Amino acid sequence: MAKIKKEGAKSTPQVSTASLPDIVFMLLFFFMVTTTMRDTEMMVQVKLPEATQVSKLEKKSLVSYIFIGAPSRQHQGLLGTDSRIQLNDSFKKLADIRDFISAERDALSEADRNKLTTALKVDEDTRMGIVTDVKQELRKASALKISYAARRVENY
Amino acid sequence: MARSTPEINGSSLADIAFLLLIFFLVTTTMNVDTGLQRLLPPMPEEKSDVEQDVKQRNILTVLVSKSDRLSVGGEPVDVSMLREKTREFLTNPNNDIHLPEKQVVDIEYLGSMEVGKGVISLQNDRGTSYKMYMVVQNELIAAYDELRDELSRAKFGKKYEILTEDEQKAIQKVYPLRISEAEPKSIGGRK
Repeated sequence: MAKIKKEGAKSTPQVSTASLPDIVFMLLFFFMVTTTMRDTEMMVQVKLPEATQVSKLEKKSLVSYIFIGAPSRQHQGLLGTDSRIQLNDSFKKLADIRDFISAERDALSEADRNKLTTALKVDEDTRMGIVTDVKQELRKASALKISYAARRVENY
Repeated sequence: MARSTPEINGSSLADIAFLLLIFFLVTTTMNVDTGLQRLLPPMPEEKSDVEQDVKQRNILTVLVSKSDRLSVGGEPVDVSMLREKTREFLTNPNNDIHLPEKQVVDIEYLGSMEVGKGVISLQNDRGTSYKMYMVVQNELIAAYDELRDELSRAKFGKKYEILTEDEQKAIQKVYPLRISEAEPKSIGGRK
């Protein structure tokens, strides 16, 4: 370690920290503006499976979400732990999917209607039976573009 | 006025701002949704068995059983072998008569290419776990992606992802994504 000689005249002045709050506030505003709070309350527990070949969902406005998984803790008393479907903010039955899709489709502009993508956020411990049923409903509603939500990992 | 109020020390302002910043950093999620994107087949208008036209050699049946066991083309296979099996099926490098037929097609940018007629038929049980299903889907797509990438490197000297849209389409014609997810079988009276 080299010793720094203190020479009264040459000492560098202290860096002013007065602008630090401004910088931090700027960062704060940036994060406040760009991030979105989760808009739907999760009523089912979803732990997404992992995959390596995933691609990003491009336009979020064109995506509608279907959640499938075991009800979360506070709903388990009433509903048990069997996998259930959540659309928007409530538990729904299979038959409601068609209405849900047509409602989502109506919310889009005319030009974007056939670009609607349905993201299936399914818990990894779910059995395929319910997923197959949902897929059949989506086919009936002709919402054919789907995305199986998965977390990106480099390899297993 | 003897007493003047002392100036408020502003040095703690930074700490307060940091605290807020960290709060927002932790609570907000900048989640980018990722997933395996697929296209479902349209619902058939009437009961018609189009699939019977496909010859046996052109179908690779990938079956995931109730207990998450995998069988490819009738024989039990470990998941780690699935990618290799799929690649072999799609390319048919030795022109095996049990593997898919090939057809020479003229494709823009690429010239005459041999295109296999293979179709992968993915079947699962109602009791298959979603996790296993996703692993299988992922491996199938990985096989396609690898083949497309290799072709792209051989023909254009670039990765598949950075090709232009037309070039990607040309490559997709050589290896079209043909994964048929079977109609759910009704077992035990469920429809």
